[in-house]
Amino acid sequence: MKVQVIITLKKNVLDPQGKVIQQTLDGMGFNNISEVRQGKFFEIEIDEKDQKKAKEKVEDLSKKLLTNLVIEDYKIIESQ
Amino acid sequence: MDSCVITFPGSNCDRDMDVALKQFGFKNKMVWHNDIELPKSDLVVLPGGFSYGDYLRCGSVASKSKIMKSVINFAKLGGKIMGICNGFQILLETELLPGVLLRNKYLEFICKNVFVKVNNKDNPYFKNIKKDTLELHIAHNEGNYFCSKEQIKEINDNNQIALYYSDKDGKINENNNPNGSIKNIAGVFNKEKNVLGMMPHPERMIDLDLSGEDGSIFFKNLINNLK
Repeated sequence: MKVQVIITLKKNVLDPQGKVIQQTLDGMGFNNISEVRQGKFFEIEIDEKDQKKAKEKVEDLSKKLLTNLVIEDYKIIESQ
Repeated sequence: MDSCVITFPGSNCDRDMDVALKQFGFKNKMVWHNDIELPKSDLVVLPGGFSYGDYLRCGSVASKSKIMKSVINFAKLGGKIMGICNGFQILLETELLPGVLLRNKYLEFICKNVFVKVNNKDNPYFKNIKKDTLELHIAHNEGNYFCSKEQIKEINDNNQIALYYSDKDGKINENNNPNGSIKNIAGVFNKEKNVLGMMPHPERMIDLDLSGEDGSIFFKNLINNLK
C-alpha cells in the first residue's frame, strides 16, 4: 500500500524560505497571503496489506529518519 | 597520538583535516563510511563537506551510515570526537549533541573569516588555549544553530556552549552573528565534554602566509591536551 507523509516545521521555528515565497507572492500581486510555510512530502510504497502495521512502520521510520523532532512535525496520510 | 578522519560520500574537507592533524603530530588514518570498526584512535574527526549531497537534511543520511555505530559507541565510552561543519551537523543528527542547524537566516551561503570566543576551557579541546578569541573560517549554508527553550537552558546550565561568534575582542552581539544562530552559538559540547561540534574550520587556518595561525594554535593545544 501507499502511505504519504507530510513534514512541516514546528510553529516556533523560523522558516526563511517560506517567508521569501510569501514576499514574492506579495510582489506578484497575491497580496492577501499573510504566511507561507514550506514543508516536505513523501510517498512511501510499502509491502504490507495490514493497514495498522503499515502505519506503525511508517510512524517508526518517520521518527527515526524522515523527521528531526527538534524542529519538525510529521503527519501520516494513508492511501491505497 | 592516533587520530582518524571519516570520509563520507560528499565529504570535501577530509584531506585538509588529514594534512592539519599530521602537521601537528597526529598519526592520522582515513576511514571509509562503510567500514565497521574504528582504528585505535585518541581522536575521531567528522570532517566538513556535503555528505550524501545534503539530501533530506544536512548530515541525516550520514548519521545512519555503517561506521556511525562504532562512532556512537566510542563517544559513549568517553572517546574524543570532533565534528567540523558538516561533521557538526552529523553529530547533531546522531543526537550525540543537542540541537539542530537550520538554513542561514538570510538564505545565503556564507564563506568568510569570523572571530569566535572560547566559552569553556574546562575540556580537552580548549584547556590551556592561550587565546580567548580565535579567527577561523566558516563556509556553510546551514549553520544557524537552533534548539528548544528547555535545551538552551540545559546546555547553558551544563556549560556545553563551546564557542560564540564574536568580534575580534570577544564581544558577542547580533552584529557579529553571521547566520542567525541562537545566542551566537558557533559550537557545542555534549554533557561530558568529550564530543565537540563546531561550524568554523580550524584546519583552514594553519598556514602563516595564507590564512593566519589561529587554527595552528587550536591543534597544537589539542594534541598537548590529549597526550
